[in-house]
Amino acid sequence: MLTQALFRALDKKAVWVIGIFLAVAVLVPMANLLIPPGQFGHVPTYLVSLLGKYLSYAILALALDLVWGYCGILSLGHSAFFALGGYAMGMYLMRQIGTRGVYGNPTLPDFMVFLNWKELPWYWMGFDNFWFAMAMVVLVPGLLAFIFGFFAFRSRVTGVYLSIITQAMTFALLLAFFRNDMGFGGNNGLTDFKDILGAPVQAQSTRVILFAATAIALALSVLVCSMIVNSKLGKVMVAVRDAESRTRFIGYRVEYVKLFAFTVSAIMAGIAGALYVPQVGIINPGEFEPGNSIEVVIWTAVGGRGTLIGPIIGAIVVNLGKSWFTSALPEFWLFALGALFIFVTLFLPKGIVGLWKQIFGARRKKAEEPAAPTPAQSADIERGEDPSTFDSVQPRPAE
Amino acid sequence: MNFTRAKSALLAAALAGSISLPMVPAMAQEDTIKVGILHSLSGTMAISETTLKDTMLFLIEQQNAKGGVLGKQLEPVVVDIASDWPLAAELARQLIEVDGVDVVFGCWTSVCRKSVLPVFEELNSLLFYPVQYEGEESQRNVFYTGASPNQQAIPAVDYLMSEDGGSVERWVLAGTDYVYPQTTNKILEQYLLDKGVAPEDIMINYTPFGHSDWQTIVSDIKTFGSAGKKTAVVSTINGDANVPFYRELGNQGIKAEDIPVVAFSVGEEELSGFDTTPLVGHLAAWNYFMSVDTPENEAFIADWQKFIGSDTRVTNDPMEAHMIGFNLWVAAVEKAGSTEADAVIDNIVGLETPNLTGGIAKMLPNHHITKPVLIGEIQDDGQFFVVWETEDLVPGDAWSDYLPESKMLEADWTAPINCGNYNTETKTCGGSAQ
Amino acid sequence: MLTQILRLALLTLSLLLPTQMVRAQDAAVDIPAQVTALGEASLRELGAIVTTLASTGDPSVVPVLTALGEGNLYLDETSGAVVIQRGSSITDPLTGEAVDLGADADLSRIRVNNGLRRDISAALSGMTLMSDNPGTRLSAAQGFLAKPDAANLPLLDEAIAAETEANVRSAMQAARAVTILTSEDASVEDKNAAVPQIVSGAGRNAITILTGALANAPDEVKPTIQSAISGLEQGRAVWGALQNVWFGVSLGSVLLLAAIGLAITFGVMGVINMAHGEMVMLGAYTTFLVQLVIRQNFPGLLDYSLLIALPVAFLVTGAIGVGIERGIIRWLYGRPLETLLATWGLSLILQQTVRSIFGPTNQMVIAPTWMSGSTDFFGLAITYNRFWIVIFALIVFFMLLLILNRTPLGLQMRAVTQNRRMASAMGIRTPFVDAMTFGLGSGIAGLAGVALTQIDNISPNLGQNYIIDSFMVVVFGGVGNLWGTFVGALTLGVANKFLEPYAGAVLGKILILVLIILFIQRRPRGLFALKGRAIEQ
Repeated sequence: MLTQALFRALDKKAVWVIGIFLAVAVLVPMANLLIPPGQFGHVPTYLVSLLGKYLSYAILALALDLVWGYCGILSLGHSAFFALGGYAMGMYLMRQIGTRGVYGNPTLPDFMVFLNWKELPWYWMGFDNFWFAMAMVVLVPGLLAFIFGFFAFRSRVTGVYLSIITQAMTFALLLAFFRNDMGFGGNNGLTDFKDILGAPVQAQSTRVILFAATAIALALSVLVCSMIVNSKLGKVMVAVRDAESRTRFIGYRVEYVKLFAFTVSAIMAGIAGALYVPQVGIINPGEFEPGNSIEVVIWTAVGGRGTLIGPIIGAIVVNLGKSWFTSALPEFWLFALGALFIFVTLFLPKGIVGLWKQIFGARRKKAEEPAAPTPAQSADIERGEDPSTFDSVQPRPAE
Repeated sequence: MNFTRAKSALLAAALAGSISLPMVPAMAQEDTIKVGILHSLSGTMAISETTLKDTMLFLIEQQNAKGGVLGKQLEPVVVDIASDWPLAAELARQLIEVDGVDVVFGCWTSVCRKSVLPVFEELNSLLFYPVQYEGEESQRNVFYTGASPNQQAIPAVDYLMSEDGGSVERWVLAGTDYVYPQTTNKILEQYLLDKGVAPEDIMINYTPFGHSDWQTIVSDIKTFGSAGKKTAVVSTINGDANVPFYRELGNQGIKAEDIPVVAFSVGEEELSGFDTTPLVGHLAAWNYFMSVDTPENEAFIADWQKFIGSDTRVTNDPMEAHMIGFNLWVAAVEKAGSTEADAVIDNIVGLETPNLTGGIAKMLPNHHITKPVLIGEIQDDGQFFVVWETEDLVPGDAWSDYLPESKMLEADWTAPINCGNYNTETKTCGGSAQ
Repeated sequence: MLTQILRLALLTLSLLLPTQMVRAQDAAVDIPAQVTALGEASLRELGAIVTTLASTGDPSVVPVLTALGEGNLYLDETSGAVVIQRGSSITDPLTGEAVDLGADADLSRIRVNNGLRRDISAALSGMTLMSDNPGTRLSAAQGFLAKPDAANLPLLDEAIAAETEANVRSAMQAARAVTILTSEDASVEDKNAAVPQIVSGAGRNAITILTGALANAPDEVKPTIQSAISGLEQGRAVWGALQNVWFGVSLGSVLLLAAIGLAITFGVMGVINMAHGEMVMLGAYTTFLVQLVIRQNFPGLLDYSLLIALPVAFLVTGAIGVGIERGIIRWLYGRPLETLLATWGLSLILQQTVRSIFGPTNQMVIAPTWMSGSTDFFGLAITYNRFWIVIFALIVFFMLLLILNRTPLGLQMRAVTQNRRMASAMGIRTPFVDAMTFGLGSGIAGLAGVALTQIDNISPNLGQNYIIDSFMVVVFGGVGNLWGTFVGALTLGVANKFLEPYAGAVLGKILILVLIILFIQRRPRGLFALKGRAIEQ
């Protein structure tokens, strides 16, 4: 069963993508460690961390693509899952500080000491153990997504409504984590990390290993997503995206399909967050901001949703742009980002990958082209109703 | 087949781009001293921080007109942290590693400082932080030119307790729910209890960032203040939430004569967007006011308004802090004859520079500075009228004497202690310091 | 310390002495010289001079002290003269006649602090208790209420005897009662009798006064005070709940204003307009500009600048809305989630544009006098700005209902909402209706912006603070139904205000969000779900 799924998943595209990232996981660290600084091809350590950050964003974008591009659920709360995974990792890293905090308290993190907390809150228990923390990285976002999704999909909350309540969820979490009484460090969040698994976080070797881990995680995420979308379940997901009612009438339990996609996606986002935190050195409630979730959506849209490579390209390209703009043309970053949003939605509904296909794939076989919309769907379009359906697949006439 | 290959080519191009792109600025020329400016120019904090970026450009321009430092011109490198704190850490690293700046002036919020702190420690560079903050920190690579709680909050409370301030007996500590108000209020609460204020005479209230509906809280304050004892509000309310708060106070008829509000985050810049007529008499505690009448201040204001091209632009406390920090850095570099971080750190302690209020700012061994504390009443032109000031300069205290865990801690970055959190009881250097 | 005692003693003396005797003192104090001395005095010296001036009891010093307290007293640095400046008129403080100081006058304000303001108002109370103006007498009585002093009893008795206005007399009697209750040598019977007078005359401050007096009262009086307090507190609990309702309604009306434009674009067109908040922000900036123009060119109209800004803001944001619809939205119909992305991008651009033009700092809109202050409505404190915003929100809402239900455009809009293709087939120009609808929704957001200048910052981030709340309201109320938005906004406002005292502002807001999420599970289409073919997906 599993081997079969694996086999199906490893079509040529996926093999390429996975291969590239596995290669990146090896080559970039080598370029950093083996080629001496100043020589051609050397990758400075700070750049390794920066690339690691981009790759963890890419995992997040891929996670969103799984629910949005393949299952038609536009989640505006994915940064919440990302941040929760990040916090779980951050809590582990905080506990590793031990007596090296400024107050030298062996159990309590500094922010608790100066706010006069006497003992560690129960939900911090166990986070000194790496594997427990890693379990939480997966479980907390997964469980939240499962519970949230279970109720939302069962009640058939769809389209815009779902988007808005996922936004409400991340906004509520934002407010909650801002509260100092919650015991997560309030606005300052968790920072000043020292060790991860006994190795100093700042060290070159640790950074390189973290980068390699992120690249491998990305490759694995691509593999998992590829397995899912190429399985029968994946086909049902696409069916749900394109014609939810019809899929339900045929006899599929649409809510469980959605729930599966949503939970898997949340877990992936959580892992991305956990990889992100040690590389940037801080996690704070700002990560929960609804604006961040919307930015993830645009990464996915820029790259091309409904494809496995699109969101990865989108995340890397947009964040490269952000890094460049904020230091080269600081005043223009928001103009550029805003214009990108509008440009992509108006002119590139299928993203960079779609554009690529349009330019270079025109000569290719017609069989690769997606089927024309069914009459029922056309009616939906005309009515200006149905939110998220199929736009990723077919070219759409304006109005 | 073509297709996949093309895609991977695209990806490779993207990655290659990512490697070469940020490296471009590294080729810049070497005959200048680069000064990094790390402030938010967009996002929620832009409202406060944009002015500080302009202040730094102004100071650098002035210094260059005087011939620069060590015979070299200063070159500002401006980045936008976009109110995004992980980005702050990334950009700090970029400033130091790629742009090769020798010193960074920046940050406003505590979280920004906390997020860039490990970077400065690791790369051994210098950060000058210009905003009043919660204390409980002293780091070898950071210089705190803003006020610590004992340079702002505690004198303000002393003033209100005094006869001049109205002999206040009942206290509302209202703040935005983040670490600066939380810590400041913890310190103040302990301080008030030590002074014999009963616990039921202290009300503590927290609100979210950007809170705009103050009806309930102002009405609660009104009720709390009507217990027959003189009441005052100590406000650590941050940024945007202040305007609606003061509006509601004014509209619900709470006058400064009845319940004065003393604020630690409201300065000339914040008031410039506000009709202050209903606020006349409410207080603010700072280490500098634009209205202070000294020749230094007059010259500073005139030069600043000329630089910015507007004779209505105000000056405020963090701007003065940047000016002091910048002058101290220049003095330390000239003394050391080098911009090397270690040389500057070794030479800056003990240096003095005049501040704008007629006193002297001295860099202390704990990397804080001496400051006067001024209490001003808001006037209807958006300026402050100084009603009280400390007789002597107050040295900044990194570790509060009113928190049980930090009472015994001292910071001293000179030999032989050389430690940011030296425990005076156990005579050891705790935790993270080297 | 000494000066303080002296000051108090003098003040007491001046109030104790019968009027004729005070008059006799006139010769002793050189009033004009004292007034001139105000100009160069330090804060402490000012206190002494105020006391001296007050001790004359001369009515001519009342305007001087009033002006000093209000900050309208100025020193001309060139001539050393002390004058009153109000607006552009400069008058002599004692005679009230206009003064011409010449071209080289250099006026600087004589500054006072809170302590001095308190002293001045106390001094003025004593001198104005017999004033001809009932309002002045009332505030004088209230001054005594706040600062009871046994020495004032004869003066109060005299005033009560002469008083004709019932409410002023009641305030005076309360002031007298407070004085008795807090004085040391009044009898127990007198004190017991004073308590009900305080309850009836001191209004909202009664509890304060009684609680303050309780500690020092003799044991025989304590039960009376105790029972009066508990009676008042019961009343306050009821009024407290009502006050909460009012706070909730006023918060709800702000939400309604912010959300109602969204309800139209979202409900009628299915467009998720994330730039809606920026339309609100642009409305606020328009108000700022309108006021700027008025202040510079027609200062007389300043009090009406908000009213003038209303149509301007509506037209400006409406026009921008039409522009957005024609430029961007119309290419995206049928793809509501894409409109979300495009309009989000637009909102970033608009924010940064405004930031580039006006700078990141807050701008100032002066509150007109009719929107400042508050009134007591049977123990409910109602602030005028909130009151007018509630009224304004209701007007906007019902106007909108009228437009939708009674005009041809409204008919067309409803037709398009219900069945776009059929409407089109019936000859309705759906693109035109779309543009108008979007313009209307944006225009109303602009109106909301005008109102929000009175309670919030005018900064580029203004819209951001409201966009999420607005969406919650619309989704909670039910898309495509104005009444749903109305009920939704008020429900959320009131619920928020009832949660706030128990849970705190932050937790209260979180709870509301969680409740909305749960509610959507029960009713996925909101409170008032639109029925019919259109909503079947």
